[in-house]
Amino acid sequence: MLKIISKAQCYCIIIFLGVCVLPAQAKEAASMAADPALEKQVMEISEELRCLVCQNQTIAESDAGLAVDLKNQVRNMVSQGKSQDEIVDYMVERYGDFVRYRPPVKPVTYLLWAGPFILLFVGALVLFLTLKGRKQQVKDTPLSDEEQERLQAILAKKMGANSDGGEEVKS
Amino acid sequence: MIPEIGHFALIIALCVAIVQGVVPLLGAQLGIRPWMALARPAAQGQLVFVLVAFICLMIAFIYNDFSVQYVAMQSNSLLPMIYRISAIWGGHEGSMLLWVFILAIWTFCVSIFSKNLPDDMVSRVIAVMGLVSVGFYLFILLTSNPFDRLLPAAADGRDLNPLLQDPGLIIHPPMLYTGYVGFSVAFAFALAALLSGRMDAAWARWSRPWTTVAWLFLTMGIALGSWWAYYELGWGGWWFWDPVENASFMPWIAGTALVHSLAVTEKRGGFKNWTVLLAITAFSFSILGTFLVRSGVLTSVHAFATDPDRGVFILGLLGITVVTSLVLFALRAPKVGVGGQFDMVSRESMLLVNNVLLVVALGVVMLGTLFPLVVDALANYGIIPEKNKISVGPPYFNLMFPIVLAPAMFLMAVGPITRWKKAELPSLMQRMKWAAAISVTMAIIVPFIMGESSIVRTLGFLAAFWIAAGVIVALTERVKKSNVEGNILVKIAALPNSFLGMCSAHFGVSVFIIGVTMVNSYQVEKDMRMEVGDTVTMAGYTFQFNGVTQVAGPNYDAHRGDVKVTKNDKVVTNLYPEKRTYKVQTMPMTEAAIDTGLTRDLYVSLGEPVSRGAWSVRVYYKPFVDWIWGGCFIMALGGLLAASDRRYRIVTRKKVAQKTKSDEAAAAINTGSEPAKGEA
Amino acid sequence: MKLKYLIPLIVFVVMSVFLFVGLYMNPKIVRPVNIDKAAPAFELQNLHQMTEKVSNSSLLGKVWMLNVWASWCVACRQEHPYLVELARAGDIPLYGLNYKDAPSDGRRWLEQHGNPYLMSFVDYQGNVGIDYGVYGVPETFIIDKKGVIRHKVIGPLSGREIRTCVRPVVKYLEQNELVNNTVPSEVTKECSK
Repeated sequence: MLKIISKAQCYCIIIFLGVCVLPAQAKEAASMAADPALEKQVMEISEELRCLVCQNQTIAESDAGLAVDLKNQVRNMVSQGKSQDEIVDYMVERYGDFVRYRPPVKPVTYLLWAGPFILLFVGALVLFLTLKGRKQQVKDTPLSDEEQERLQAILAKKMGANSDGGEEVKS
Repeated sequence: MIPEIGHFALIIALCVAIVQGVVPLLGAQLGIRPWMALARPAAQGQLVFVLVAFICLMIAFIYNDFSVQYVAMQSNSLLPMIYRISAIWGGHEGSMLLWVFILAIWTFCVSIFSKNLPDDMVSRVIAVMGLVSVGFYLFILLTSNPFDRLLPAAADGRDLNPLLQDPGLIIHPPMLYTGYVGFSVAFAFALAALLSGRMDAAWARWSRPWTTVAWLFLTMGIALGSWWAYYELGWGGWWFWDPVENASFMPWIAGTALVHSLAVTEKRGGFKNWTVLLAITAFSFSILGTFLVRSGVLTSVHAFATDPDRGVFILGLLGITVVTSLVLFALRAPKVGVGGQFDMVSRESMLLVNNVLLVVALGVVMLGTLFPLVVDALANYGIIPEKNKISVGPPYFNLMFPIVLAPAMFLMAVGPITRWKKAELPSLMQRMKWAAAISVTMAIIVPFIMGESSIVRTLGFLAAFWIAAGVIVALTERVKKSNVEGNILVKIAALPNSFLGMCSAHFGVSVFIIGVTMVNSYQVEKDMRMEVGDTVTMAGYTFQFNGVTQVAGPNYDAHRGDVKVTKNDKVVTNLYPEKRTYKVQTMPMTEAAIDTGLTRDLYVSLGEPVSRGAWSVRVYYKPFVDWIWGGCFIMALGGLLAASDRRYRIVTRKKVAQKTKSDEAAAAINTGSEPAKGEA
Repeated sequence: MKLKYLIPLIVFVVMSVFLFVGLYMNPKIVRPVNIDKAAPAFELQNLHQMTEKVSNSSLLGKVWMLNVWASWCVACRQEHPYLVELARAGDIPLYGLNYKDAPSDGRRWLEQHGNPYLMSFVDYQGNVGIDYGVYGVPETFIIDKKGVIRHKVIGPLSGREIRTCVRPVVKYLEQNELVNNTVPSEVTKECSK
């Protein structure tokens, strides 16, 4: 997890831009905290949008020039009363689904969104089959080590008289 | 001259590793004792040579030998001494050397602490580790030699990346690698078991402490990395589900599953195949992590210099490792017995469910991490009609991960008090009723105290308090039954370390969840334009910006902001966030200033100058954020306790290996230990 | 029965195929989304005639290129000689979008390095850049007679790229009616290299 932020590596241009052009946006920056509710909404939306010029950061986190511009754009649209969906659509129209950290649900991503539930289902199925098959297998092998162990366990339990509850002495 | 010695030592280490990997393995398969006996000296010799190589590289860094290309790339004559040493692993080549060095240390430890293992087992384990080393030595020597010369020598170095000039770099990578590489021991034990065809409780007992120790290092490594990112990247994030983060998290999940599965294998002889498969998985994911980080297939905030050729090599290594071990697994696994019987309600079944859930969680992380790559690849070859790349980020993982793990969190509290083999559901409910009542009450009250409430928050707190209550129930029940004389602390201290370790690890999870829920729910963030004298107030704290001064560091110049924090007109602290420009790489760096507290962090980072005297400043109030890393630390502490359990240290010499299980237990009783006192 | 023990192996093999393929792709390149879509309309000041506002609709009817540039952009300097050369040939209308730049800086820069543009639009706020999905400078768009974006080059143009990609695409658009509402892949085959 060594960190080298991309900023300086590939798009130094844009960072430079951030420094130079910011004065033009200073007015907006000052008004940022004027309306905390609006600002909160701006941050929430920004946190789902990818900063394209960074390696892997949201526009909320990044100080890159384009990220600042896009954040301002989000702020403008929020103050115009646009909904989150409208703002995200606006960004996707221009930069593609790549800007969305929450991928859209569409045929290509069905597997992504259904995946965890498929995995859970498969997991449950495997679990069920294993436990069932296991019971069968264990029953089929008489006098195995396991049986013996169980015997030992019972014996041991008798020895440690008051061992009910959470613990149990094996063998 | 010194770099050549290092290079040469590395080549010799490779040769020794080849001998270590081949001869003892053949010896064990063919039953030739002298060949087997070669394992330990070879492992120890290998460490000597790789140590020499490591020291040579260190000397090159300390004496600023810029005729070594890697040193010229990573260091600079202005770089402070401590960073010159940690710069060894600041880049790709040197960090790979650290990797093999740590692998050699693990192998050495196995060769030392394996006195009571049968010879053929030890030979196989050490041989497998030797073969892994061979792969990585070849990788270093053929694609990433840190000793390559630069002719003519550079006048000065290009300097270590400023982000890495931080105490974090000194400690985080060694910790993380110790964890990553440590899973090679569990892997080697698994392969040794497959090769010998002997998978029994004894095998599980031997590999268990190694796995636990590797797991605890990985836990610490990841936590440190997260903490480092938190204070170094300047936006106060601690986890981003970034591919590189996921690359370290996936082996951790697999390792966590393995630790639990080993418990069943050791105590009850069950899940043997599953345990072996998890051991293979955990180490494979360690190598996969190396691949993801260094090949450039995925975009990350924390990128290494990447190179597809190296990627092919690591992918090849990964392929050989995984295919060999999985083929071996497919050949041997069908013959392995199933182990002891157990009921639907029993500790075994709960641990099995836990394992399945952890593996599903692993699958989810992998799916989310690799999905963009898969879509891109399919689109690139026209297999799917998709023009867009997609991104999978925090919104996806933050939604899916808790859904998958919620049942596991529920079981986490119940499992430890459930009996092996067969438990009674009504009795469990009876014993957990107070825990349930208290955790539900707390989950409702806490969000109310903190301000806003929501379902997600309540569920988060519910999980945390439920787990903590479960730990308390487990502890109380054990203490009540304790025969030890004395007060409650004495009684707790007298409990087996493995049980206390489990309690600690679970409690750590609880602390961690509280931290995460708190900071995600109640963090306050303000991005301000501040002029001298401006103030901003959040969560009762007033931050006053008192301007910026220029300061000079050893190898950087900085703008240092001065922010006075007051609460109720009393000064809490003065914070000095910096904006540094390092002289060599001229890269702007934000150095956040943080006031750390038990229940909150105050975090200020300096942005850009916006106009005369005014700066953009980010101010955060982060409640309970340190609990996140504190929780991880408590988890790791649990690992340490568990690994130090007495039963791993009982030296009954080689007899143990041949013993049947009942004999083993009898021996344990004779030596006064407590075998199988229920602990997960 | 045996097959079930091979499942992990199969999963791994499938995964490694993707990882291998992934090695030879660049994760940083974002495929443009606005190809074959109408170029967003704008009306901006002329860099050299600031009182005059020009709309891109005035360019309908010809195939033209829009090059996004700025005086602060280091990579622009790299492609600039090729653009000057292209302008000298005079057969492709080249327009500039002076992106987030002080107009005076932009004019000075062009004086210094030569002005290949028939005209440069002033996008001081960068809003038009956002509309066009610009995320780095320089970027170059090829827009057809109907005002549809037909091609986009991200990053500095090379002489080779102009020869083998930009020129053929422009010539094709000038001479042919598009059949499938997209430039045929045999025309753009050199572009991705």
